[in-house]
Amino acid sequence: MHRYFPHTKADIDAMLQRCGVSAIDDLYSDVPQELRLKRDYALSRQLSEKEVRDYFHRLGDKNRRLVCFAGAGFYNHYSPSVVSSVISRSEFLTAYTPYQPEISQGTLQYIFEYQSMMATLTGMEVSNASLYDGTTATAEAMLMAVAASRKRTRVLVSSTLSPHVRRVVATYASYHGVTVDEVAQTDGVTDIDDLRAKLEQGDVAGVIVASPNYYGILEDYSGWAELCHSHKALLIIHCVASDLGLIRTPGEWGADIAVGDGQSLGMPLSYGGPYLGFICTTKALMRKLPGRIVGATEDADGRRVFVLTLQAREQHIRRDKATSNICSNQGLMALYATVYMSVMGAAGLREVCERGCNGAHYLADALTATGKMRLKYPHRPYLNEFLMECDVDVDDLIARCVAQGILPGVKTAPGRLLIAVTEMCSREEMDTLVSIVKSM
Amino acid sequence: MNREYYGKLIFELSRPGRRAYSLPDNGCPDVVSQLPDVLMRDAAPVLPEVDEPAIVRHYNNMSTNNFGVDTGFYPLGSCTMKYNPKINEEMAALPSMAALHPFQPDSTVQGALEAYYNLQQALSEIGGMSEFTLNPFAGAHGELTGLMVIRAYHRSRGDEKRTKVIVPDSAHGTNPASAAVAGLKVVEVKSLPDGTVDVDALRPLLDDTVAAVMMTNPNTVGIFEHRIPEIAAMVHEAGALMYYDGANLNPMLGVARPGDMGFDVMHINLHKTFSTPHGGGGPGSGPVGVREGLEQFLPNPRVTRNPDGTFSLTHTDTALGSVSATLGNFAVQLRALSYILSLGSEGLMEAGPLATLNANYVKESLRDVYALPVDRVCKHEFVFDGLADKSHGVTTLNVAKRLLDHGYHAPTIYFPLLFHESLMIEPTETESRDTLDEFIAVMRDIAREASENPEVVKTAPHNTPVRRPDDTNAALNPVVTYFDLEK
Amino acid sequence: MSKIYYSETHEYVNVDGNIGYIGISDYAQHELGNVVYVDMPEVGDDIEAGDDFGAVESVKAASDLIAPVSGAVVEINESLIDNPRLVNEDPMANWIIKVELTDPSELDSLMDEEAYKEFINK
Repeated sequence: MHRYFPHTKADIDAMLQRCGVSAIDDLYSDVPQELRLKRDYALSRQLSEKEVRDYFHRLGDKNRRLVCFAGAGFYNHYSPSVVSSVISRSEFLTAYTPYQPEISQGTLQYIFEYQSMMATLTGMEVSNASLYDGTTATAEAMLMAVAASRKRTRVLVSSTLSPHVRRVVATYASYHGVTVDEVAQTDGVTDIDDLRAKLEQGDVAGVIVASPNYYGILEDYSGWAELCHSHKALLIIHCVASDLGLIRTPGEWGADIAVGDGQSLGMPLSYGGPYLGFICTTKALMRKLPGRIVGATEDADGRRVFVLTLQAREQHIRRDKATSNICSNQGLMALYATVYMSVMGAAGLREVCERGCNGAHYLADALTATGKMRLKYPHRPYLNEFLMECDVDVDDLIARCVAQGILPGVKTAPGRLLIAVTEMCSREEMDTLVSIVKSM
Repeated sequence: MNREYYGKLIFELSRPGRRAYSLPDNGCPDVVSQLPDVLMRDAAPVLPEVDEPAIVRHYNNMSTNNFGVDTGFYPLGSCTMKYNPKINEEMAALPSMAALHPFQPDSTVQGALEAYYNLQQALSEIGGMSEFTLNPFAGAHGELTGLMVIRAYHRSRGDEKRTKVIVPDSAHGTNPASAAVAGLKVVEVKSLPDGTVDVDALRPLLDDTVAAVMMTNPNTVGIFEHRIPEIAAMVHEAGALMYYDGANLNPMLGVARPGDMGFDVMHINLHKTFSTPHGGGGPGSGPVGVREGLEQFLPNPRVTRNPDGTFSLTHTDTALGSVSATLGNFAVQLRALSYILSLGSEGLMEAGPLATLNANYVKESLRDVYALPVDRVCKHEFVFDGLADKSHGVTTLNVAKRLLDHGYHAPTIYFPLLFHESLMIEPTETESRDTLDEFIAVMRDIAREASENPEVVKTAPHNTPVRRPDDTNAALNPVVTYFDLEK
Repeated sequence: MSKIYYSETHEYVNVDGNIGYIGISDYAQHELGNVVYVDMPEVGDDIEAGDDFGAVESVKAASDLIAPVSGAVVEINESLIDNPRLVNEDPMANWIIKVELTDPSELDSLMDEEAYKEFINK
């Protein structure tokens, strides 16, 4: 038997006897013969642990680890070693959803801490226990707005929101029967006149904008909540979690829902996941939140304890009446975010933003000084990410940088390079990037 | 598990002036002060100020009030809580995989794309499908994606009137919820007393407004739907597609493939069948497979193998759209690939039959003291309808809570909805006969206790870290953040 | 003189002139258990007979509220916001919404007290 299977021949014989059959195959007598797999799987033979390791190292050698100036929603931040130590605790790692609160206080308690931290970070009143990622969380926010409005089926999405997020929102919308209208942009920011005009056409359940937007620009949303609310539409602000250590929060803008990806809270890039979707809202809309929510209560001995609560909203009770099919959360990644925020605190998060911001402006200035590229939107404020308009060929630039171990950014269109700087980028690395551009 | 309750919150350990972080300094001049005030937050977030040793102790203490597969037996039905191999964790954390940015050029991530492609191929062989997307983030997300594939298929033929999906009344709650999110109307078909789909009730429901029939096989009672070939033929005859909910795939490993049963689209829960840890609720992974002819509807991006042996990320216009920014929970996929390689063909062939053997062994050992509403050979799991002797008023909930006292996780309770006192047990193939014998003895003790001393069972649990939290109060007066507590 | 009508989904409408008070029946509150939340429409909303206009939630269950009649919501029972358990204590006194009926003939398709009693005892 394989090392994961504890059955000895004696065990199997005794167990078969209890079951009143003579072979395991007899337990499949109800599976029609014509459906049976009458051969072994055409897969690799069993590998020893050493061979498994060799296999993955061989694959890993085909990848290139690069100094990362790429962002576009996913950022290379420092990951404190405490975090990976805590999330490897097998009591956290190998538990399932906390259905039995008496033996799940560990999970329930960190989710409660997570909800508290996300609420204060986004400036909102409540958070759920997390969702899959930022793209699907934004789609869930759209469904939530439509459900909260009861009958409205239109949602407005700013064209300055990341195209990766817009694609997922558009996909969910097209199947769910929601009409998504894109709001135009002017000089890198959402066009308020176009928004106003589209709101006035009526039937709008929600408006989704981004801060920072896809180009890294910090848009000014003063008065937008009032505008949306005057048309009975919810304002949904998509944000980058770690940036909220410094920039104005969705709560402060008066938003109804804050949504986005928590990857920037030190999570490994891992070629796309797992990350974390967050969604936070007001007390008034709490019961429309998708997914799990943990609450505090008392146990039979009067102690403060934690439970899954407000479950009547969820799919296992509401079935086809539920506004979301989410049946779990991103548990371990919520723990990741919680421990990360405990390590960083407000001061650490602020420093992460400052280092990235200072570095990004230094790099943008130096790249502009080469005369080979310039800021696409030079008059717009940005934090740690900016869009360059390049005279040099962007594919060629990327290839030259990769040859020197640098990923210079993400190509968003011909001649456009989106560049992000985090606290992980040293001045020397920035200078190397500048010298490559200069040499072209 | 530590039976002393820890219970503190990290916020309560906070003292002004403490810190746990260190960051490199790039020495770039300050520009933050030049950003407009209106774009800056007014007050800092209220996060704890703690030192590093305090953080480690806090979370380690907290973890000891948690029960995981590594703690003990976890017979939670429909969740397939099998052992999570440690080599998987090591492989997923390799820096040569974990440090990759999702938008790196294809030429710099050939190993990652190859891993995705190889897992996709392995799942296709195991599922009897043509191609899998690994992009969906979880089982429920896979269901939604699979239903989108089905709608995209019907739309591509100009068939817009198929807006219904038929779901058995025994289905997982996510099935109807996923259908509703995908914009489909749910029609329930009832089950026979043995828990299998009533084919005669299904037949009249099949018309040209039905997009798909969603089933899991074995079903949620753990019974194999033996009339599946006939059902698939009827459904295809009506122009609809067959969807396989892969939540119960485990006992079929090495025995039969959904594709061969007549299913057109399926999802797999990598965190169930392929041993990736449940992580307290996630991250999971819910790959979706399709039969030949439906590949073009899979979501963007896809990974394709070029004639020269290299791999590329591709986007097509025929795709259903996108359900993720990139390739989904990549690190979870690596764990599943590690598991498949560790088991190999021969190990996978053994896994399903051993899971089925374990379930039948437990069922046969307890059937005299617990009510068995469907008396047939089960697959990986089975359902009791509470105690055989209900005269003392001891419920399934009581039995579940009493199990906690004995160091076991409870089975799934009050699901499926077909029975009043459902108690659904799934032992999985990684549990030994010794573990099962101990569990059986405890279950028998509880049954005896229920008649001899029912109060002990009704007031359980007695020696868990906390006891019977007040759910009603939690829902009536929601306290969902630390800041609510302070009020 | 007011008269009470019931629907098959266990809502009642207590009619007084062209005003109806809509709530859930004693049988329904009993089946649901401790009510922890009542989701209500806003004053001024129009409701259609047969459509859902809100929901009642207990800890482990939820039930949509289906309008027994059509009308305009003129008042909601605000005391249920802070104390949803009133629905359990006295479901008839603690109606959920007050509506102005648009089509009194809809009442003909509902059950009276006696017919409803028979209906739930079936």
